[in-house]
Amino acid sequence: MRTSDAETVLRGLLLRGLAGDAAAYHAFLRQLAGHLRAFLGRRLFGWPDDVEDLVQECLLAMHNQRHTYQSDQPLTAWVHAIARYKLIDLLRAKAGREALHDPIDDELAVFAESTTEASDARRDLAGLLQTLPERQRLPIVHVKLEGLSVAETAQRTGMSESAVKVGIHRGLKALAARFRNTP
Amino acid sequence: MKTDEFVAMLAAGAAPVPPHAAARRLALALCVGLALSLAILWAGYGTRHDLVQAMFWPMFWVKLLFPLAVAAAGFVMLQRLARPGVRLRRAWLGVLLPVLAVWLLALVAWMQAPAEARMALLMGRSWRTCVPSIALIALPVFVAAMAALRTLAPTQPALAGAAAGALAGGVGAAVYALHCHELAAPFIAVWYVAGIALPVLAGAAIGPRLLRW
Repeated sequence: MRTSDAETVLRGLLLRGLAGDAAAYHAFLRQLAGHLRAFLGRRLFGWPDDVEDLVQECLLAMHNQRHTYQSDQPLTAWVHAIARYKLIDLLRAKAGREALHDPIDDELAVFAESTTEASDARRDLAGLLQTLPERQRLPIVHVKLEGLSVAETAQRTGMSESAVKVGIHRGLKALAARFRNTP
Repeated sequence: MKTDEFVAMLAAGAAPVPPHAAARRLALALCVGLALSLAILWAGYGTRHDLVQAMFWPMFWVKLLFPLAVAAAGFVMLQRLARPGVRLRRAWLGVLLPVLAVWLLALVAWMQAPAEARMALLMGRSWRTCVPSIALIALPVFVAAMAALRTLAPTQPALAGAAAGALAGGVGAAVYALHCHELAAPFIAVWYVAGIALPVLAGAAIGPRLLRW
């Protein structure tokens, strides 16, 4: 559903709900919950357990404050302002709690993972592959990295299927040997 | 509880909401507060005896209309800040501009007066009682506005508290003007503005604590 469609549909449901249509109000809250779950989930990806609690917290706030919505106002702005207020509230409470305890392995955790390692590995592999002769390099690239079948690789490179298999086998052996030699 | 059940529970207990409920609560708060402020004036101070005659003096109207302009701007700010997602826009200018205008007026009066008369223009005869009196008369409006705000949803509580203070201070100063005998612009520029600033600062200070929801 596009944003403007959601705005029209949800706003219509809310206005009918405010006028006393309980079914429309129920539908409004149910659809709103879906939007809130997506909105808050994106912002709380570090704490997936808190998303559903915060969704309910926001729903309750919007229900209790539904008299503050005025029909000349975009519903998106109203919903966003309340969700943001409650989100900031939660993050502030979390910050206060986190400040109280000091987990000992937190400092180590900073260096435990690194996204540069993955890209370094890719660069190293490409460099090592360049040292192999073509009849070993191409089979490895096609079969092991790109996921083609042996037959497809044979067709593409013009090699026989058994030559492809042998190339992979010998190439990987050569790579392993070079890995051992590189410090 | 599952969110679906939670939603069903909320929807089951939902009474219809009258249109403009939020605006009406703030207007009601203003009316109640204003009535009590006037009651304090009549009970504790009394209007000035020459009130009818004073209505022919321009400075009396400056003294009355400048706080009323601040109060009106405060009321508009309050209406916007009480509802989530409504932008304040330039409403705060309505508080600032009347104050600047009075300061300009006071500066002109100050420059034109002979040096030995200036202190009298500034201090008048009632500078000691002016600020506490305005604050006291502003109090009912302040309390009523804060009480109304607590049933609404200000997402910027400090600013909402300050707006309630501007409304209360403006009303308080305008009501006090019916009693006050001072007519010098420098007096108004300092003591009336201070009397209005007091509830504004108080609102900004207690807003974050009092207006949580």
